[in-house]
This record gives sequence, C-alpha cells and structure tokens, in this order.
Amino acid sequence: MEAADKLVQMVVALVAFAAVIGVILLVVHLLERRGARRVAWWFIGPTILLIVVGLVYPALHTIWRSLYDAAGTTFIGLGNYADIFTSDDQLVVLRNTVLWVLVTPFVATVVGLVYAILVDGAKGEAAAKALIFLPMAISFVGASIIWKFMYEYRFYDPAVANNPRQIGFINQIIVWLGGTPQNFLLNSPLNNFFLIAVMIWIQAGFAMTILSAAIKAIPAEITEAARLDGVSSLEMFRFVTVPSIRPTLIVVLTTIAIGCLKVFDIVRTMTAGRFGTSVVADEFYTQSFSAGNQGLGAALAVLLFVLVVPIIVYNVRHLRKADR
Amino acid sequence: MSAPDVTLTKKSAATTPRRSTAAAAKQRLSRPWASLFAVVLAVLWTIPTLGLLVTSFRPVADINSSGWWTVLTDPTFTLENYRNVLSPDNAQSLAPSIVNSVVITIPAVVLPMFLATLAAYAFAWMDFKGKNVLFIAVFALQVVPIQVTLIPLLSLYADMDIAGTFWAVWLSHTMFGLPLAVFLLHNFMREIPAELIEAARVDGAGHVVIFFRLMLPMLKPAIAALGIYQFLWVWNDLLVALTFAGSSRDLAPMTVSLLNLTGTRGSQWFLLSAGAFVSIIIPAIVFLSLQRYFVRGLLAGSVKG
Repeated sequence: MEAADKLVQMVVALVAFAAVIGVILLVVHLLERRGARRVAWWFIGPTILLIVVGLVYPALHTIWRSLYDAAGTTFIGLGNYADIFTSDDQLVVLRNTVLWVLVTPFVATVVGLVYAILVDGAKGEAAAKALIFLPMAISFVGASIIWKFMYEYRFYDPAVANNPRQIGFINQIIVWLGGTPQNFLLNSPLNNFFLIAVMIWIQAGFAMTILSAAIKAIPAEITEAARLDGVSSLEMFRFVTVPSIRPTLIVVLTTIAIGCLKVFDIVRTMTAGRFGTSVVADEFYTQSFSAGNQGLGAALAVLLFVLVVPIIVYNVRHLRKADR
Repeated sequence: MSAPDVTLTKKSAATTPRRSTAAAAKQRLSRPWASLFAVVLAVLWTIPTLGLLVTSFRPVADINSSGWWTVLTDPTFTLENYRNVLSPDNAQSLAPSIVNSVVITIPAVVLPMFLATLAAYAFAWMDFKGKNVLFIAVFALQVVPIQVTLIPLLSLYADMDIAGTFWAVWLSHTMFGLPLAVFLLHNFMREIPAELIEAARVDGAGHVVIFFRLMLPMLKPAIAALGIYQFLWVWNDLLVALTFAGSSRDLAPMTVSLLNLTGTRGSQWFLLSAGAFVSIIIPAIVFLSLQRYFVRGLLAGSVKG
C-alpha cells in the first residue's frame, strides 16, 4: 500500500467518525428542541458499547478459555493455573515478575525523590528536571534499544592479545578498569536486573515529577517552623518531607508497580523473554502467539488481572482515606 | 527547553512565602556533595541516550569497530544512516512504518478523546437511571489489563472482517483508552461551577449547545493533556500493534519495525540508532511543546487517582 492510500484511508475514517457523531448530536439537538429530557444515552451509548465489546466481553471470554487446554478444545478446570505454579519454566516467570515489582518501584521512587529534593529551588532546576524526565517521552522500545546498545558485548577472550574493541559503553568502562567484558543479557538471574534498570531509568522521571509537585505543595509554615527548631536537612527529610508527601509516595509506588506487572515491551525488545528473563505479561504473549498454548496464555492473562486488582484497590482506598 | 511546569497545582498557589523557604532549604542542601550527586545522576541519566544519538550519526564501519566515545578523538559524522532509514526506495527503509505510525495514531487519539468527552459530560451533568453504577463500572474497568482482551478481540475482528486492517488497531486503542479518559474528563468537568450550566439551561440551551459552547472551550487544557497522554501511549505502544497490525509493511508502526530489527542477527546498529531517533523525535517534539498540559494531566491523573 502506498503512503497516499494509507493517508486517504485515515481521512476517510475520520470523516466517517465525524459524520456518525454529527448525526447523533443532530438527533439529540432536534429531540431537545421538541422538549425531550432523556438524551443521556445518546452521549454515553457509543462509549458503553465499545467498552462492553472491547473490555467486558473479551475479559469474560478469556477467563472461560483459561479453563481449557492448549488447543482450546478440552475443559481442564484449573489445570493451566496449576501449571503456572508448578512447572519450572513458569516458576522462573513468576520469580522474575516478583523481582520487577519489588525492585523497580522502590529504586525509581528513591532516585526520583532524592533528585527532586536536591534540585528543588536550585539554579537551573527546570533544565535539570527535563534531563531526568525525558526518558518518559521515549517509547519502551526506544529505551530498550538505547540500553541494549549500552550493554552491547563483543566476544572477548582473556587469553588472546588483540580482542575486538567493545562498542557498548558499560563493557568499555569495565575494560578501562581492567575487568573482563560481560554478556549482560545472557546470564540468568542477574540479567533480570539489567532489564529492570531500563524501567528504573524511565520511571524515575515520573516519580520525580509527581513528588516534586508534592514537595512544593508542603505548606511553608511547616518547613519554616521545623527550620526555626533547627532541624538538620536529614531530619527535615525524615520528619517533615516524607510524612507530608506520604499519600503521593504511595500513589507513585503503586503506579510503577502496576507498570512493572504489565511490562512487556522492554522484555520483548531486550531478550524476547529468552535466557530466563520472561515475565507474566511477556509469557502471555509467547504462549498465546508463538508456543500456541491458548489455555496457558489465557490463564497468564487472567493471573495478570488478578495481580493488578489488589494494588489498584489499595491505591483507591488509600486515596479515599487521604481525602477525608 | 523548560522542565515540567509543576507550579500548575492549585496547592502551590501561595508561591511568595514558599520562595523564602525554598531558598532556605537550598542553602541547607547546596552542600557540594548534594550538587555533585545531582550532577552525577543527571549525567548517568543522559549518557545512554547521548550514546545512541551520537552513534546514529557515525558511519557504519565506525559503529561496528569502535565505541561512540571515540568521536571525542576522531570525529567522523554522516547522515547516511538517516538517509537509509528515511528514503522510501530503500529496502531497509523505515519510511512505510513512519507513515503507519501516523495513520494509526491520529484516529486512535481523536476517536477516544471525542467519545470520552461526550460520555464524561453525560456522567458529570446529566441525570439518568443507573448513572452511578455505570460510572463506577467504567472507572473499575481501568484495571482490565489489555492482555486479557487480545485473543477474543482478534477473533471478533476476524468475524467482522476487519482483521489485519487499520480499523482493528484504531478500534482497539479507542476501547482501551476510554475508561481512563472518561474518568479523568469527568473529574475535570465537575470542577466547572454548576451555576454556569444552570444559567445556560435557564437561557434555554440544550445539552448539545452547552457541550459545544461551554464545555469544549473550557476543557481545552484537560482535553489537550489527555490527548497528549493518549498520543504518547498509542505512538509508543508495542503490544496492541504487534497483535492487531503484525509485522506487515502495510500496517506495522515504528515500534514493531524497530523490534524486528533488534531481532536480526548481529544487530544492525546503524539502522537501529537512526530509526530509534526518528521514532523518538516526533513524540519528543509534541511532548516538549505541550508539556505544561501533560504534567497537569499527569498530576490530576495520579494524585486524584
């Protein structure tokens, strides 16, 4: 297909959409003119329809399919779930997911928080923040390519004199320090941390932005009073800053944790889930689309669903409490 | 280039007394080690991107034989990589997928934004049966991970005969984007004073008129914020594109083409580096030029839940 054809197709779609919405609104307008009061369904109808077709029905269907075997023909009850919690391969997937969810939110939040405090009110605060924040605008695929290049490894044999030069920056630093270059993405379980580093690199900017706003919203009287009491900057951090922004801290931690549960792009781009780096969201893709195990894929998707819910419920409850 | 404008939050309206505290805090914190630590972090965070950016301007032979830092001693630059990536007649060209990314993204932002604004208006300012239950349901559906929906949707699209077309991708992004957009836009709409709406109603304006004359203009910042969010989401998405567009040259966006390039034997860094930056530059421009809106949306989204 030529580029022009695609663009025409896009314009046609937009015009068709505008026409449908235009007709709907015109009908509502005419109905209102005639004194009709109940027009709300015209407004929410399209959204509700799309949500039911696109989210509710598929979710229920997937839950049902997760009770069937690989081919999707024989009912096997909870067999796929038993598989997830007993087979060696799947246990590695679970372990990796736990690693992601435990490590990333805390490291990213600590980095973001420390940075937000360090640059708060400093000269060039805006530019300093932009540097950390920019990875947020880069796609996970782009970020993974950037980091894959950092980790790039050229074959190295310590017994030989003229090894090829390293082109990955991290391995070059290792060479400069007199070490042996590593193939970072190959050695499990350590390689998981090198993948997690990419997520931390992206999410620290998110944490910093949100936390910086929260820090700036701490009432001046509180910090002023603490300062007059002569607290040190560490005490200020521990007893004033952190308690004041606690609700925001929890939102940031849980938001990043949810992102880590669903992480797919980074794993897919860096290793495609090989070398013991798969996580639930990636394993879902592998089982559903490459391994052809429909049942297990569905069960993994449902597991993801089940893992996300408590975090979000906790998050919402906490916000409710903070609001009161 | 300016950093996120965080003073947009309501709470920080009292900026004058804050300044003095900030100055005081700065005095306490601007010890040498603190600044040094901040600089080290900033450098650490920038080097990876810088490394690939420099690489994208180096000749192929250089990329594969020496690291990007050697440009400090031996600066050789070329635009050849970008020419390879952008020229439409080149077999390795990413030009088709750039077009695909644009064609996927624009409707996938416009459709959900407009539908969500309509629905949010009804939830915020209209009375109808089951309103609260429906709204809570829409809010709750944000938790559904899209993985759960992919396979049933694939067969649904096949039944509708739109599998392997842009429609499958547009519709999916619209469906997935709606719950969050409806919820956030509803929150923004509730902040508009009720008297304004009532006054318009008394004047005989119907909902359609109020929606276009009052709501859309007043909600411009909120819609912009969410629009940028949805734009970044769609442009940077991999999973939906991989599932519904696949790797075909006719449909695959940048993210999918780049992923396929990383999978080739002996990664082709000259294509990957230039391609990655072409894919990064468009959202970066949108983001930097509209980021004051974006940060406001981000804050509203995560602080309000």
